[in-house]
Amino acid sequence: MKITRRMERWSPLVVLAAALLLWQLVVVAFSIPEFIFPSPWQIAQDFVAYKGPLLEAAWKTFWVTMLGFALSIVVGVLLGFVIGSSRLAYTALYPLMVAFNAVPKAAVVPILVVWFGIGLGPGILTAFLISFFPITVNIATGLATLEPELEDVLRVLGARRWDVLVKVGLPRSMPYFYGSLKIAITLAFVGTVLAEMTAGDSGIGYLMQTAGSQQRMPLAFAGLVTIGAMAMAMYELFSWVEKRTTGWAHRGSQAE
Amino acid sequence: MSFVDFQNVWLAYNDELLAKGHFAVEDISLQVDEGEFIAIVGPSGCGKSTFMKLTTGLRMPSRGRITIGGQPVTGPLKISGMAFQAPSLLPWRSTLDNVLLPLEIVEPYRSSFKRKRREYEARARALLQSVGLAGYEDKFPWQLSGGMQQRASICRALIHEPKMLLLDEPFGALDAFTREELWCTLRDLHAAQRFNVILVTHDLRESVFLADTVYCMSRSPGRFVVRRDIELPRPRDLDVTYTPAFTEIVHELRGHIGAVRKSGAAIAQ
Repeated sequence: MKITRRMERWSPLVVLAAALLLWQLVVVAFSIPEFIFPSPWQIAQDFVAYKGPLLEAAWKTFWVTMLGFALSIVVGVLLGFVIGSSRLAYTALYPLMVAFNAVPKAAVVPILVVWFGIGLGPGILTAFLISFFPITVNIATGLATLEPELEDVLRVLGARRWDVLVKVGLPRSMPYFYGSLKIAITLAFVGTVLAEMTAGDSGIGYLMQTAGSQQRMPLAFAGLVTIGAMAMAMYELFSWVEKRTTGWAHRGSQAE
Repeated sequence: MSFVDFQNVWLAYNDELLAKGHFAVEDISLQVDEGEFIAIVGPSGCGKSTFMKLTTGLRMPSRGRITIGGQPVTGPLKISGMAFQAPSLLPWRSTLDNVLLPLEIVEPYRSSFKRKRREYEARARALLQSVGLAGYEDKFPWQLSGGMQQRASICRALIHEPKMLLLDEPFGALDAFTREELWCTLRDLHAAQRFNVILVTHDLRESVFLADTVYCMSRSPGRFVVRRDIELPRPRDLDVTYTPAFTEIVHELRGHIGAVRKSGAAIAQ
């Protein structure tokens, strides 16, 4: 019992180590050239060599993403609130939102560049555009799936729509909300990097683009790893917040 | 003068159905005295729940007149408390906070809730204790058994001291032993506080054990077909359910339900 618990805890690291080892072995065994597919070891070396620029670019990408993400939380929650609390708004807005979400964001970046120029604007906005939809949908779902009986219980007491939303709807949609944050944060990173690659002058995306054009693959891969690590860290952060604040929705895992 | 007064009440759920003459309930008339416990039994889908919506003012009748406490019903009636088959407690609130929820919403408690929270908490604790939930106030609903959740749900319906308690198959999802325990809980609450109870159920023994008057409803469209006074003396003990008098009443009502079934089928043809 104890051993399985410990195995469970360490399993992600074990898998990671095994994957890296396999990768290294494949690159060495088939002597794949560095400029096509670098080995983890070469990536690590470049990571150390370009630590300064990489960290600087990472920091830039990080806070651009955070600005876009903050924007998408605000807009996503408000929009989800409107859509989830009124059937009319739901019917009226949903098709448009789905259509908008289906537009490839890579196609939007050039337009944003025309409007806002090269720099922070497109990065923040792309991160926002790509990540608000899951938040909206999840808040709306949480609000729209209230038990009708409970609504009756409260309406009889003279509860206004607002009361029902605040006392029941919002707390109820919190687990959905945190679930969506975990999806949205990873998407927001995708958005920022996308904008940086197409029309940036700084950040990890820009760095990777430059490294790629100079055929410095290990550096480009080091950029990839950095983004992955940042997204993973944020994901874990939200998982932690989720467990702390909405434990009632995860009681299955708490019981042990 | 009776407390609840239905006079030839008809309800169609929307104008389209009204135009076609499809009613959920038809020509309902009943008079309930203050403090009376009535039960409504009938096959499923007979409009029992519709009846509850009418009584609480969540729905207005298409035809006919409803007065409650001498006042015509014009909107949701705050003097009523409701509980359903699903306890529908909020999982992020402790049992105590779940019971307090109505006081955060209904006036006059709403405006004094923050100020008098202590007092209301004491009241909720006393109520929980009276249904045997002392010591569970700070537990979360999902830590309680089904029967306990239902007790808490009934407490929530009673915390604002309503004059009328409406129960829609409240014990339907419980096992037989828990159900009988809760019958006694409800009997004692009613005896102590003398509110009106309207119990919708499809358990005939339950209706006969608890109610002063039992109404049988026919299948859709819902109509009252039989009104039966239950003369069994109060306080009633569970033992009464094994007496011939009790069984006879249940049997008689069962006969009516059977007749309702047949006539329903005949109309369907």
